[in-house]
Amino acid sequence: MSARSVLFDAPGPAARRRMRVFNVVATVVVAGIAVLALWRLADKGQLAASLWTPFLDPSTWTNFLLPGLLDTLRAAAVAIVTSGLFGLVFGLGRLSQVAAVRWVSGLVVEFFRAVPVLLMMIFFWLALGYSDLVEAPDAPFLAVVLGLTLYNGSVFAELVRSGVHNLPRGQREAALAIGLRPPQSLRLVEVPQALIAMLPAIASQLVVILKDTALGQIITYGELLDSARRLGSGQGNILQALLVAALVFIALNYLLTRFAERLATSVDRRTAGAARAEAPSLVVDPD
Amino acid sequence: MRARLALAMTAAATLTLAACSSGGGSDAGADETTGAGSSEGSGGGESIRIGIKFDQPGLGYQDGSEYTGFDVDVARYVAEQLGYAEDQIEWVQAPSAQRETMLQTGQVDMIFATYSITDTRKEVVSFAGPYFVAGQDLLVAADDDSISGPEDLEGKNLCSVTGSTSAQRIKDEYATGTNLLEQPGYAECVTALTAGQVDAVTTDDIILAGLAAQPANEGKVKVVGNPFSEENYGVGLPLDSDQCEAVNEAITTMIEDGSWEQILEDNVGASGYSANEELNPPTPAACA
Amino acid sequence: MDDGYLAQFSSLFSQFDVLGAFGTNLALTFFAAIGSLAIGTVLAVMRISPVPSLRWAGGTYVTFLRNTPLTIIIVFCALGLWGQLGITLSSDFQTNFFRLAVLGLAVYHAAFVCEALRSGVNTVPVGQAEAARAIGLGFGQSARLVILPQAFRGAVAPLGNVLIALIKNSTVAAAASVPETSGLMRTMIENRPDVILAIFATFALGYVVVVVPVGLATTALSRRLSVAR
Repeated sequence: MSARSVLFDAPGPAARRRMRVFNVVATVVVAGIAVLALWRLADKGQLAASLWTPFLDPSTWTNFLLPGLLDTLRAAAVAIVTSGLFGLVFGLGRLSQVAAVRWVSGLVVEFFRAVPVLLMMIFFWLALGYSDLVEAPDAPFLAVVLGLTLYNGSVFAELVRSGVHNLPRGQREAALAIGLRPPQSLRLVEVPQALIAMLPAIASQLVVILKDTALGQIITYGELLDSARRLGSGQGNILQALLVAALVFIALNYLLTRFAERLATSVDRRTAGAARAEAPSLVVDPD
Repeated sequence: MRARLALAMTAAATLTLAACSSGGGSDAGADETTGAGSSEGSGGGESIRIGIKFDQPGLGYQDGSEYTGFDVDVARYVAEQLGYAEDQIEWVQAPSAQRETMLQTGQVDMIFATYSITDTRKEVVSFAGPYFVAGQDLLVAADDDSISGPEDLEGKNLCSVTGSTSAQRIKDEYATGTNLLEQPGYAECVTALTAGQVDAVTTDDIILAGLAAQPANEGKVKVVGNPFSEENYGVGLPLDSDQCEAVNEAITTMIEDGSWEQILEDNVGASGYSANEELNPPTPAACA
Repeated sequence: MDDGYLAQFSSLFSQFDVLGAFGTNLALTFFAAIGSLAIGTVLAVMRISPVPSLRWAGGTYVTFLRNTPLTIIIVFCALGLWGQLGITLSSDFQTNFFRLAVLGLAVYHAAFVCEALRSGVNTVPVGQAEAARAIGLGFGQSARLVILPQAFRGAVAPLGNVLIALIKNSTVAAAASVPETSGLMRTMIENRPDVILAIFATFALGYVVVVVPVGLATTALSRRLSVAR
């Protein structure tokens, strides 16, 4: 429903006047709150120029924020690929003709979708730290990637499965009719179309991955938030540094979200399935 | 369509690989120079890997390719005495939880990272030093004279990092009615302190002094100077390392020729803090 | 796993209050869910309202809050609202941080509640709004009496997803000095690295036990409530 168009009339002169008055009042109230907050911040010395000028200094960016951003993107990029693979494997597992494979895949996927990512990261970080499987400096990175992969991979698996389920029955029937075996039909006909239908949802899950790399800060992974904190420790402007990091995150995620939205409108024509912009809910239909 | 999908996947994989290798570039050198420090005292052409903190201003802090702080300068001096030039030192981040593992698995040759010598740790790693005796202490606002020790914290707000032993000791032994705020790092605590929302921050005195010495905090906060514990900062070495004697000698020289005092003054002097003179400078303990 | 391992592991439960920590997470979730539902509903109404500035404000809120990492929001609640602006939500020190964490969780998830409700609004056929208008209802009335009740029914599944995300995200409240499961798990592992697997399994299963029924209930509820069209 496009509620906007039918829920109300185009405002008339009186309504427009009321809106203008309302806008002015609302702006004054919001601006008032902002001024009050700024005044109190200034009172605490948080607006002092010395706390903000470091961000005009290139070395702040080259020594802290950009390396941090690079590490954020590195963890996100690796986690995107590994969770894609995880999702494909377990998504196909959930569609397998062998009941045991279906069952095990279902169990794995539902388990990792239910456990908080932060708990997984902390666990892998400490577990890798106590073992000597990897070099200690790599433990935070691996823990971040593992945590993100298990959770988001499970979401991807769910996307693959529900994407295939949402395809019109005729696709599979046609594939079988031309002599493909069920696994071939799955691999050659159904999954590719399901993936395209699910591209927008996959893209919006990428935002989740990118945003969740920030949890790596808690386990000493040197990503953007962590480097902002380190910068803030040295310059005594940790709040300002976190604010700048937040703005960088917002800009990145905003671009990614816009990309996902555009994808949703453009891929609709290219698949027999219906494009969806959202991840399926947990335990959709436990068949 | 299959071809295109395959192409897309290849592209994605290539991108990732590129991202991996470029990101790994910074620590790539680490793999090529393993276990150099376990060789004899004269470094020769080899390098030494030293674990430090990267996020503690005044103690061990990374700013781009520059490393500063008391621990870092002590490490530089010791490394020089062992025959390693500045450019032969490779700095590695050693977070508290991973220090033992890093030594046990040979990922670093020695650690200078506010590393207290304890009996539990001695079971798995060796220590040279101590090179400094710190004590858990309090950081308060510069104009606050009402707090002169942990007993004065009854009913006051105290900040420390999550899981801090120092804060736990205060709550257990000195002032059970303390309100404890736990934060991810000390810098967060200092912002709450300078804003007047907490009354004190607690951890080892030299760490507090390092924070107080930062230009942004200068004159706003002070270390109380009434330590209520004794932390012997040692040089972490792999268990039964043959380097211990040499490191101890270097520490002794450093203290005798006045470098120790100079290093301390350079890094935390601005805070107005002076080390506990009854215990400092310490005499390195005999190697096991 | 021999008896010794199990005995060692179970001794941990007398030392650490695992159930209490889960209780904290559930309490955080409960209050934050109410808060985010309230804020999210207001935002959703703003986003479909006739007033352009309200629509803009709602959209901006969602864009900013949804794209900020939750950790930063929680830290700002603790260090910004309380640390700098001196806003206290309770005279008790620990309760204050609990409420600040609830506030952070609520404003963050409100953005997602708003989006879920908007998708619910999209399931309401245009005819419903047209009929509401035809019998003379204004925007407020048609939103309150016709659109939103149906939108809620259509949004049960996405709202359930937000609730599940909220349960799991309540672990981030540790950043605001709230003693909850993620912090406790870390302390327990650091104390007893020998039983690390069992500790993780306990906490993970705890979340499975909480989350999976919520998922099942959501699915059942969304089936029962969905309007047959």
